[in-house]
Amino acid sequence: MARALDDAALYRRIEDFMIRYVHCVDDDRLEAWPDFFAERCLYKIVSRENHDRGLPLGVMECDSRGMLKDRIASLRRANVYEPQTYRHQISALEVERLDGQRFKCRSNYLVVRTMADGAMSLFSTGRYLDRLVAEGDDFLIEERLVVFESRQIETLLVIPL
Amino acid sequence: MERGADVISWPPEGVTRVPYAVFSDPALYRLEQERIFRGPTWHFLALEVELPETGSFKTTRIGDNAVIVVRDETGAINAMVNRCAHKGAMLCFEPCGKREHFTCVYHSWTYDLQGGLKTVAFRRGINGRGGMPDDFDQADHGLERLRVERLHGLVFATFSPQAPPLAEYLGPEMVANIERLFDRPIELLGYHHQPMGNNWKLYAENVRDPYHATLLHTFFGTFRLNTLTMDGGITIGRGGWHHISYSKMATERQKGEYDGLRSVVQDFGLADPSLIASRPERNDGITLAIQSIFPTCIVQQISNSLAVRWLVPLGPDRCELHWALFGYRDDDPAMRAMRLKQANLIGPAGLVSMEDGLVGELVMRGVAGDGSATSVIEMGGRDVASTENSRATETSVRGFWHGYRALMDL
Repeated sequence: MARALDDAALYRRIEDFMIRYVHCVDDDRLEAWPDFFAERCLYKIVSRENHDRGLPLGVMECDSRGMLKDRIASLRRANVYEPQTYRHQISALEVERLDGQRFKCRSNYLVVRTMADGAMSLFSTGRYLDRLVAEGDDFLIEERLVVFESRQIETLLVIPL
Repeated sequence: MERGADVISWPPEGVTRVPYAVFSDPALYRLEQERIFRGPTWHFLALEVELPETGSFKTTRIGDNAVIVVRDETGAINAMVNRCAHKGAMLCFEPCGKREHFTCVYHSWTYDLQGGLKTVAFRRGINGRGGMPDDFDQADHGLERLRVERLHGLVFATFSPQAPPLAEYLGPEMVANIERLFDRPIELLGYHHQPMGNNWKLYAENVRDPYHATLLHTFFGTFRLNTLTMDGGITIGRGGWHHISYSKMATERQKGEYDGLRSVVQDFGLADPSLIASRPERNDGITLAIQSIFPTCIVQQISNSLAVRWLVPLGPDRCELHWALFGYRDDDPAMRAMRLKQANLIGPAGLVSMEDGLVGELVMRGVAGDGSATSVIEMGGRDVASTENSRATETSVRGFWHGYRALMDL
């Protein structure tokens, strides 16, 4: 990254934003998940394989808050999958200021998926590559690229990362 | 060679009954390697666009067999077993790349792009001592080569000299659909890789089963992307081995057939309908065409989402589904963006396909413990035949088992 953010308070607020995001997903408050994003945004989950080879395909790609809401509505009402929960661990947050309002961030994530029968697995690990925009005291995600490390997705992915 | 019938017995009803033991028996799995994957069948290896230059290679698998597919100096595409002729180590462990030759890391035996053995390290020994016997002939120790054929940019291979030529194996209807989708230069958009906790044949059944598509995959019916009330049909290829299931979205005329089924969610509109925006690309009106090529290749058109999928067994109770999505080199930016957006429908997170990852595992759990129980596959009758006016049928599933039983002698 070009230059780390030297404003500790600002860094702490961005870190807090990242923490609230993963708690929202892990606590199954998914209806609130689209609110972390700007109205026009990009949320894309892409394998490191495709990302590194310059291939544009993602396993999930939404370019509006409406599409994020549709994902959640479909997950709640249309899609069929076994009950499961995530627990995210996030770390190694780097923040770089792009302009007065925007920040480029990257961080690592690790998600353990737990199924209804108790089976737990290391479901996904990778990095978040983000662009945030300040919105009052808070932030909104303009872009979140979730680059997952393994090229495989075991069985299916329904809950966002 | 051992026969499938020596391992398990098939019910007298024929292909309308499948004994659940076929999804778990380890002896049957071993026999499949011999009789199906190394037998007289053709297997998808690569798209030619994945092998653009001399030395471009990709590693893949046919059943349990690791395979290298590579373009050589003449432009020909060769496929070899990815196993050094010396001690059996896997030669090449990258998924893809470019090489002038293949050198085994273990003892530095080197092979050319046709699989011929070129050099053996210390062949003459050191200071006249050691080395290979004088009568060791490198020509006898190349990589095991497969028969390769190309069809409209798809590369297939077989281990068997008995397999008929690819076009004959597929039959004219199957070739025509490949020609239809690969009628101009393609652009690779990317891959999905989806391991699943089920026997490979459960996915082979699933993809040949138009009956489930609009019932399990609620998103299909809810947004009328694919229903059995649209015009459509099943084309059966080569005695039932292959199939195409197709439908035409513009002909939807539902009159309550789906009422009361879980598969249509009422009052579910999309906040952003750009997800399902599509553009007609051909004059035939076909908006969905799923083609299976026995045993493990699938060619997919779902609206503008195009892909080749291939299935690799990973033991009796596991398999991995690979997807290569593509568009066309002459796609305008809006078309390309549309294909990438529609990709939300398919793959391991696909709004109309994620459930396929689940159902195979549900069957595995459901049938565990009683290998003599059987499924019932009688929707649409008991035969294997093309239909031009209905997809409320399991005829193509029966077709798969017809091919399976013939090859397995079961």
